[in-house]
Amino acid sequence: MSRRLMNNPQVNIMSTDKKPQSTQTTGHAWDGDLQEFNNPLPRWWLWSFYATVVFALIYWVFYPAWPIGKSYTKGVMNTVEYTTAQGKHVVTHWNTRALYEQDMQAARAAQAPLLKALDQTSYADILKDAEKLKFAKSMAKVLYADNCQACHQAGGAGIIGKYPNLADDDWLWGGSFEQIQNTIKEGHTGMMPGFKGRLDDAQIDAVAEYVLTLSGQSSDAKMSQRGRQIFEGEGGCISCHTQKGTGNIAMGSANLTDKIWTIADVSAAKTALAKRAAIHQVVLNGVTRKMPTWKERLSPTEIKMLAIYVHELGGGK
Amino acid sequence: MKHETIETNAGWLIVLTLLVISVAGLVEIVPLYFIDDTVEKVEVDGKETVRPYTPLELAGRDIYQREGCYLCHSQMIRPFRDEKLRYGHYSLAAESKYDHPFQWGSKRTGPDLARVGGKYSNEWHVQHLTAPRSVVKESIMPNYPWLVKTDLEYIDIADKMRALKKVGVPYSATRQEFDNNVKRFGKEIAQELDINAAEDNLIAQAESKNYDGERDNISEMDALVAYLQVLGTMVDFSKFEDGHFTKFR
Repeated sequence: MSRRLMNNPQVNIMSTDKKPQSTQTTGHAWDGDLQEFNNPLPRWWLWSFYATVVFALIYWVFYPAWPIGKSYTKGVMNTVEYTTAQGKHVVTHWNTRALYEQDMQAARAAQAPLLKALDQTSYADILKDAEKLKFAKSMAKVLYADNCQACHQAGGAGIIGKYPNLADDDWLWGGSFEQIQNTIKEGHTGMMPGFKGRLDDAQIDAVAEYVLTLSGQSSDAKMSQRGRQIFEGEGGCISCHTQKGTGNIAMGSANLTDKIWTIADVSAAKTALAKRAAIHQVVLNGVTRKMPTWKERLSPTEIKMLAIYVHELGGGK
Repeated sequence: MKHETIETNAGWLIVLTLLVISVAGLVEIVPLYFIDDTVEKVEVDGKETVRPYTPLELAGRDIYQREGCYLCHSQMIRPFRDEKLRYGHYSLAAESKYDHPFQWGSKRTGPDLARVGGKYSNEWHVQHLTAPRSVVKESIMPNYPWLVKTDLEYIDIADKMRALKKVGVPYSATRQEFDNNVKRFGKEIAQELDINAAEDNLIAQAESKNYDGERDNISEMDALVAYLQVLGTMVDFSKFEDGHFTKFR
């Protein structure tokens, strides 16, 4: 021990209280007597550190590591093999994208028999087959949540005035499996013209009253009678909604004879006046709604599974 | 050099400390600028399909950043199966090469937006940005009702493009640069990237697409929806076979 350390009272206390130690200081003093111990590092820490160095050396050999000019070392004896959906077999150096392809391949292989079976089975037969139906519905549940739920809401509840309800019995574009499948695949643009400027407020009110009559909710027979003349005459409503008001799935026009409403929120209106006003707004402003096309984002099998899921939400025909 | 020399000389201490702490960064980052495969080559029929943003999309991107969307939404789909199933194909480095700053991240309070383009209709975006809970009940996203009501300020759009050009985004100012862009991206896109026509292009795109459904003005909503609708749509993965982009890693 150096003389300086012996003269340091603090160090003396420590060295007498505990068992004698051979600790050295770094050898320089600050402000006359402030010194630093030069303790050895804890053994476990030191060995862990050496272990990381050894690990790094091994890693450099087996994994992509060192940049060399425009490329890099790819690692030796460490390849990833995968087969693509198109059947191409690839062997490549270790990398996360190849691992991803491997993962996708494994999932494809696991699902392929079930997906193929769904492809080749008709809707009617899938309904009868509990296993296929369960698989299709659980796959479609996730697809629905990712792709459809933002508009059509959980459980297909829809939002009145914006996005159609998929769980009720009313189908603008048809509720059979094939019709639902086609709707998802190709999308739809639903359009009802606004009658602002073509009919005046009193005429629109009368039409609204007649529309209420169609579903048995009218409270003013005289007004309804006037409305009927416009509905069938100068309004031209029958060209889309038909004479009986049952709508036409070829153009997605609504059935007005049931009590299910998709745009005008008649069910929520409490008074006869409010009911008429809700319909008035729709006739006045018209409706334009767009269902996107999904054939570019979803595979035919995915669309088929979704059609089953939507059909089974409650209202499928 | 002795320990004591460093510890007693503030200048040396600063310089050497900086050197030590930057080693990891230097070794990991600098080589990427020289390695060929860092940014993937994405070409279809000899044209680059990843392009800089049009003036309107660029203005929308600024709104995206102003409103702090990046605090909750990342734009980086990682190469995992679960990410692919939810968001789509993993993001390529090439897809954010014209982003300054990039919008990657791991903070996903909301979903990743790297491929949100085309997934929802314009009307849905307007509705959702104005009042998110009116379409997604469980959403915790704030309302942004002012976007549709606020006129877009685009007087400085050409300057913004000039600034981005300085950091390497190929907007064109001269005839030669324009011709070069025609070669790289095709004529139609090259015209969108022409700084001299920035304002006209912005107005034309907003008016023809009318993203917010309001005819009378160009709102911040027009710009933001234009930006959201282009996200992740520049690479058509159906043009490349599965695993094509593995070779760049």
